[in-house]
Order: sequence, then C-alpha cells, then structure tokens
Amino acid sequence: MIEENLSLLLVAIPLLAAPIAAMLPKGKLPWLFTLVVSWVCLGMAGWQLWLVNDGSIISYELGGWEPPWGIEYRIDAVNAFVALIVAGIAAVTLPYALRSVEQEIPLELSALFYAAFLLCLTGLLGITLTGDVFNLFVFLEISSLSSYALISMGRQRRALTAAYQYLIMGTIGATFLLIGIGLIYAETGSLNMMDLQQLLPATFEHRTIHTAFAFIVVGVGLKLAMFPLHLWLPNAYTYAPSMITVFLAATATKVAVYVMLRIVFTVFSNGFAQDTPTDDMFLLVGIVGVIVASIYAIYQRDAKRLLAYSSVAQVGYMVLGIAFGSALGLTATMVHMFNHALMKGALFMAIGALVYRIGSSHIDKLNGLGRQMPWTFMAIVIAGLSLIGVPGTAGFISKWYLVLAALEQNNWITAVVVLVGSLIAVIYLWKLVEVLFFRAAGDAEQTVKEAPLSLLIPMWILVIANIYFGLNTDLTVGVAQSAVQILRAVPQ
Amino acid sequence: MSDQWLVLLAIFLPFAGALGIALCGRWPNLREAVTLVTAGAISLIVITLFLRVQQGASISFQLFEPLPGIPVFFEVEPLGMLFALVAGLLWIITSIYAIGYMRGHHEKNQTRFYAMFAIAIGSAMGTAFAGNLFTLFLWYEILTVSTYPLVAHAGTAEARRGARTYLGILLGTSIGLQLLAILITYSITGTLDFRQGGILSGYLDPAWAGLLFALFVFGIGKAAVMPFHRWLPAAMVAPTPVSALLHAVAVVKAGVFTVLKVTIYIFGADFILQSGASDWLIWFAGGTILLASLIAMTKDNLKARLAYSTVSQLSYIVLGALLATKMGLLGGSMHIAMHAMAKITLFFAAGAILVAAHKSDISDMGGLGRAMPITFGAFLIGSLSIIGLPPFGGMWSKWYLGMGTIEAGQWLLLCVLLISSLLNIAYLLPIPIRAFFGKAKDGTTYTQVREAPASCLAAMVITSLACLVLFFYPNPFYELAASAAGGK
Repeated sequence: MIEENLSLLLVAIPLLAAPIAAMLPKGKLPWLFTLVVSWVCLGMAGWQLWLVNDGSIISYELGGWEPPWGIEYRIDAVNAFVALIVAGIAAVTLPYALRSVEQEIPLELSALFYAAFLLCLTGLLGITLTGDVFNLFVFLEISSLSSYALISMGRQRRALTAAYQYLIMGTIGATFLLIGIGLIYAETGSLNMMDLQQLLPATFEHRTIHTAFAFIVVGVGLKLAMFPLHLWLPNAYTYAPSMITVFLAATATKVAVYVMLRIVFTVFSNGFAQDTPTDDMFLLVGIVGVIVASIYAIYQRDAKRLLAYSSVAQVGYMVLGIAFGSALGLTATMVHMFNHALMKGALFMAIGALVYRIGSSHIDKLNGLGRQMPWTFMAIVIAGLSLIGVPGTAGFISKWYLVLAALEQNNWITAVVVLVGSLIAVIYLWKLVEVLFFRAAGDAEQTVKEAPLSLLIPMWILVIANIYFGLNTDLTVGVAQSAVQILRAVPQ
Repeated sequence: MSDQWLVLLAIFLPFAGALGIALCGRWPNLREAVTLVTAGAISLIVITLFLRVQQGASISFQLFEPLPGIPVFFEVEPLGMLFALVAGLLWIITSIYAIGYMRGHHEKNQTRFYAMFAIAIGSAMGTAFAGNLFTLFLWYEILTVSTYPLVAHAGTAEARRGARTYLGILLGTSIGLQLLAILITYSITGTLDFRQGGILSGYLDPAWAGLLFALFVFGIGKAAVMPFHRWLPAAMVAPTPVSALLHAVAVVKAGVFTVLKVTIYIFGADFILQSGASDWLIWFAGGTILLASLIAMTKDNLKARLAYSTVSQLSYIVLGALLATKMGLLGGSMHIAMHAMAKITLFFAAGAILVAAHKSDISDMGGLGRAMPITFGAFLIGSLSIIGLPPFGGMWSKWYLGMGTIEAGQWLLLCVLLISSLLNIAYLLPIPIRAFFGKAKDGTTYTQVREAPASCLAAMVITSLACLVLFFYPNPFYELAASAAGGK
C-alpha cells in the first residue's frame, strides 16, 4: 500500500503537514512535528531511490487519470536522486533548526515558520517527482512563494528587501517558464514530459518551439541563479534566517538544475540543445559565471554573502556539465549537485553557528573566533577544502569528472577555467580562515563559547559526509551514472 | 604482524599520535612522551619494512576505490622505502631536538605544533607508500594543508604572509598544473598506476611529452624548481624544527620524490629519452641550481641562506630525474637521503644558534664558534657533506649525478654541477670559519653564551655522525636507489 503510493505520499505528507504545523501551539511542538515529517520523507525518498536504482521506472497516475491526460508522477534514477538530496538536507537541517530558529524567529511566528518550511519542502519534492510540465510550474510557485516568506523572516529589516527582490526576479522567472510551457502546449497539445518527448521532435523546426525553449531556459536560469541571472541570490542568502540559508543553498538551486536537465534532455530530447546555440551559450555562461562570481566572492565583507557568490560560481560548474552534454559532463553535474549540497550545507551551518554566538556574519566581527569555536572552525576548513576540490573530499570527485569531460572534448579552456576556479576558491576561503584564526579577537576579548551540540552535530554529519563521499562514491557516482543513461537515452 | 599492517601503521600511527598529543596538551612532559614514543615506533616500523623489502617481500594493497579504476592504493617499492626510511628515522631525532628547542625558545601553542608535526609525518609516509598517482596526489595535498599551521605558527603578520605564500604557491601549482597533468594522463591512458617503464609510452605523441612533463615538473611545486621556489624561503618563518625536518626533508623531498616517481613510473626513462621530453626542461633544473646558489650567497639571514641552498640542492635531484639515465636516477634518489642528513644538521645548528645566542644573521656570528664549538663543528660537517667532499655521504650522490651527466653526454650540465659545488663552498664554509677564527663585530667575546640545550646538541651530533657514516656505509640507500633506478 505504502510502496504503491510512495511518490504521491512523498509530496502529500509535507503538504498536509503544513497546515497542521501552523495550527500547533507555539513552543517546541511545531519543530518536533516538522522534524518527524522530514525524517519520514527522508525514509521514503531513500526507499524510492532504492526501488528505481536498478533502472526501473515508477509511474504514478494521479487520480487514476491515464497520462498524457492526467498528471503523472514519473520516478527514475534522476529525480529519485534529487529527491533524496532534498529530503536528506531537510532531515539534517531540522535538528539544527531548533536552537537557531529559537534565536532568530519570534516565538509567535515559529509555527508559521515551520509551516512555510514544510510548504517549501513540498514544492521542491513536487518539482522533482512530477512528470508534467504544468504541474512542475505549480510546485515551483509553491516552493518559491514559501521561500519568499521564509527569507523575509530574517533578523534584519534588509531581509524584507532581499525577499522582495527575490519575489520580483522569481516571478519573472516563473512567468517566463509559464510562457514557454504555454507555447509548447499550444504547439503540441500536451503537458506530459514523456509525451512531449515523442511529440516535440516533429516541431523542432518551428520558431514557436525555439521561442518556447528560450523562455524556459531563461526562466529556469533565473531560479538556478545562472550567471548573469543570479542577482537575487546573494541578498536572499545573506539576510535569510541561518537555517533557511542552509536549506535553500543546499537544495533550491539543485532542484532548478534538475529542472534544467529534465527540460533540456528529456522534454526536448538529447540533441536539441546541441543543434541550437544553446550548448555554446551554456558553456559561455558557465565559464564567465565560474570566474566572475568567484572573483566577486573574494571582495565580500560578509561571510554569508561570500559563500553566496561562491554558490553562483558552483552553479557555473553544473551548467558547464550540461553544456558538454556528454556522459562524463552530466555525471559531473549530477555528482556536483549532491556534493555541493554537502559542502555548502556544512559551510552555511558553520557560519550559522557563528551567527548564533555573536549575532553577525560580517567579517570584521569574526576576528579570532576560530580559536574560541574550534569545532566550528574545523568544519569550515574541511568543508572549505571540499569546496576547493582537494583530493579525499567530495568536491574533488565533481571536479575530476568535469575536467575529464572537458578534456574528452579537447576543450582546454574549460579544463583550465575549472581549475582556476578552484584556485580562486582557495583565495576567498583562506581569507575567511585567516580572519577566523589569526586575527586578534576584538578589543573586549570577550569569551565566546563553542556552538551548542544541536548545531555542531548536524554540521559535522555533513562534514564527515564530505569526506566519506570523497572516498566512497558508490552512491554518488553510481546513481549519477544510471541517471545519466536515462537522460541521454534516445527516445524510441 | 603482516606487512600490510605495518604500512598502515606507518601512515596512521602518527595521526593517532597527534590525537594523543592533543589530549595530553595540559601535561607537557606526557605530551612530549607521546611524541617520542610515536616517533620511536615509526622508526622501528620503517626499519622493519626496510628489512622486509630487502628480503624481497612485495607489499601492496588497496584501501578504498573512490573512482572506478582509481583506488587509494599503497605499494612499498624501493624509492618510497628510501624516502620513508629517511623521513621516519629523522623524525625521532628531530623530536628530541624540538623538545629542547621549543622549550628553550619559549614557543607558544606547543601542543598544536607537535600534533600538526605528527600529522605532517603521517602524510609524508602516505606519500612514500602511495601506489598510484592519485594516492600520491592525495597525500601530497594533505601534506601541504597540514604543514600550513606549522608555517603560520607564530601567528604574526610576517608568519601569516609567509604562510599565505606557502599555501598559495603549493596549492596553486598542484591544482593548476599538477592536477591538470594527472587528468590529462588519465584521459589519454585510462590509468594512473605506477608501472615499471611508464604508462604513457604509446599513448602520447612524443611532441607533446615535453609539455606534459613540464606540467608535472612545475606542478610539483614542492620540488621548488624556479620560478616556483618562492614558497620555500617564505616557509622559513616557521620554528626551526619545522624548517629542519619538513622544509629540508619531508615536504621538499616529497616533491622531488614525486618528480622521480613520475619520471620512472609514469613516463618511463626510455620514453623520456626517446621523446626528448626533458630536453629543454632540464635547463630549468640546471638554472635553478646555479641561480639559487647565487641568491644564497647574498642572504645574510642564516635560515634564508639555507633555504636557497635547499632550492638549489633539490634541483640536483630533479636534474637527476630529468637526465633519465640510470646513473642520473641513482644519484638523484641517493641525494634524497644524503642531502637530508646534511641539511637537517645545518638547520639544527641554525636553530641552536638562535636558541643559545639569539642570533639569526650570519654577519653577527663572528667568533661565536669558540663559545659553541659543537654546534659549529656540526655545521662544518654538514657543509662539507653538502659540498660533496669526502669523507662525507654527500659525495656519493654528487658522484653518481656527475656520472649521469657524462652518461647522457651533457658536458655543460656537468660544468653546472661543478660550478655549483664551488658556489656551495663560497656560501657555506665562511660561516663556520668566521665563527671559529673571526671576531664579533663589536669585538666582544662571548663569555655569556653557552651551547644550546643538551637535546639539541645530541640531535646535531647524531646527524653529523650519520653524514660521516654514510660515506663508508651508504649501502642501504645505495641499494634502494639502485633498484629504483632499474637494476643494480
């Protein structure tokens, strides 16, 4: 019974849980409830991945309406993998949330906060699981609207402008996506992804389809924070509550990358992007994004903003993998989605722990904190090494595949760009490390205690995962490779 | 105990030791005991392993497989054994020295110092026993990162600047050039295994071999071939034991060791000779030998002078590798051990002078030898061994390197070696001579100055005697180097 409805439940449970959480009395109860829901989701997402990892496909017809007329949830290794990332990060973030949210969110809002969080989770899981492009748009809006609300709850009033900015940009992106979907529907009369895969090739010559494709790529690109459509991201990440920064940084952009993969490779079957200038555009945008965003990161004076720019650069790596379109390139993108969630999750958690203790993430306030909070500091160093891509960490695996993909196509420039990006990461991370460890603590020499265990344990789970997945890639590379086969499959 | 466990212990025991050191931080005597016990155990382990290798045991095993076909793989082969033997045996001696030095010099954060030191040694062991290029690179990078806190130890602006240069150049070259070279190697051959005779032959157009080799040689920044040598002088801000063991032995030798490994097991000596991959590259090594020696002469700070001397001596080994002849490889490999013994003695002496007389500039050391005869005696022996005079071990490696140039018909390079020996004399010998026979600038005699703490002296005496012994009995290192270079 559960197994048959697994995919639906994975979306329905958090969706139904959201209003319940909103109605719970203030206190720890909403948090506890959300925690349980997220762990249940993780269990189901793991189960689901296990079911499809052998290459099989789960197709679930919503309400018993057969596709392409009804809405279909279609699960293969690609989206089961992304769903696992989303559910996994939610499950790790929530134990962290308790103390962090207690401090940053007014008590009377906490129930609503967790309700919005559950809606956001619903939206992200829905995007990954659905096999229907319009349904995808609906879930995208659910996740976006809830994340605007979540970001606006940040401590500083600037969170409001950040959320507003994101609202405007996000809405433009969603509108573009909707226009694209509408054009496709007008041309083919279908919204089901697999159905579209069959129908679209006949219309590949049509201007309408090219226009639709362009609208969709730009719309998703906005959600993805693909350079130069990233302008909303630094503010949103900087001013959002710490826990939301962790969650969004580790999941939201990954889900958008997934949407891009699905659209480019499944809906428009593999080859369309290569026949149009799209892949060259991705390549250009990826290269410029990696370099420029990394350089921006060097000059940031706020640790969260620094990492936010680094996220834009990391998205550039994933876009490069899409641009190659080869098995190696897509493996790199899929693996980096997972690994980047691990490293940015750990890093934002560590910065969140600093914020928890001193109330600011401005670099001038962090002087010498590393010596007073050694565990948090070590977490930053190790996750930072993973971000740089030092061997033995997860980040190395992604870079490895990406550079191999570049070399395979004799694309020397990109190979060098990827490595140069790593070197710039050394610069901006070491700036942080030096401030934390070597600069003398502020004039008051106040003693700051190490972060509480409820923050440290989730942080270190992710840190250790960074090392584990750098040494054992059975899960990441294994699943990514079967996912890539599905993405690159030629439609019959 | 099986051999496999010995290798694992050699690598991971120092890490366990570091944990023990961190836990015993509150009780300095216990903490130092942990260091000494771990270091002692490591010396026993490397000696046992050496004996097993001599008996002909072949040890190799796999730990994980992070990427399909690219495992974390360990293998004990002669060259790695040689490096491990040198680093392992010198750690215990350096530890004895460090205890006297760190206490005599009242350094802060000693717990962190000893713990990071142990981790660095563990990483050096990992580098030595790495069985493929990926594993080697893994440990190479761990070694870079773990020595960073040691360089930045003092925490002053100068130390931070030095450490930044250190990390910047080492990570920059290794990620920007070496990793690229590794990836190219993998993408054309599909493997990163170390094989006798190399893996590239037949896959790589000889015309491109020189470029790939250059990516490797410059990418292995730890070998300090100019123009990527700046990190080594910058690292001299570290406490002297770090300069002695890490920046004269473990870290820098990990660099030239990697160059030798790549030469022998990735390119293969024959392929290099056929393709002419090192034709122009070798002049970078030759140039570094001479230029670094010349720069060393201009340095008045003793540690800076020794650092440039190390840069120059490292290029001897790179030169041996790039010659790719049997004698060249043999001489280069032996120089790992010979230079290590001599240079660590010099650094020990430099540290002793700093602790006992608080002097770091050579021009201030006139007449100091009469107050510190043991220290300057050791310095003299170390200098003579570096120059390559009998009866000291340094002679042998220079001898074989010279033979290597003749074998390759590179007469000009032979001249480079000979000129460099003269330069060595010019920048090293005046120091002990002035100390023994000269006078202090202001004419004072050093009645207040006494020798450094006994543990510092003991360490110096041991290593300088080792320089002497290695002249008469270089066999262990000779045999390892010879079988690495291909047959005896």
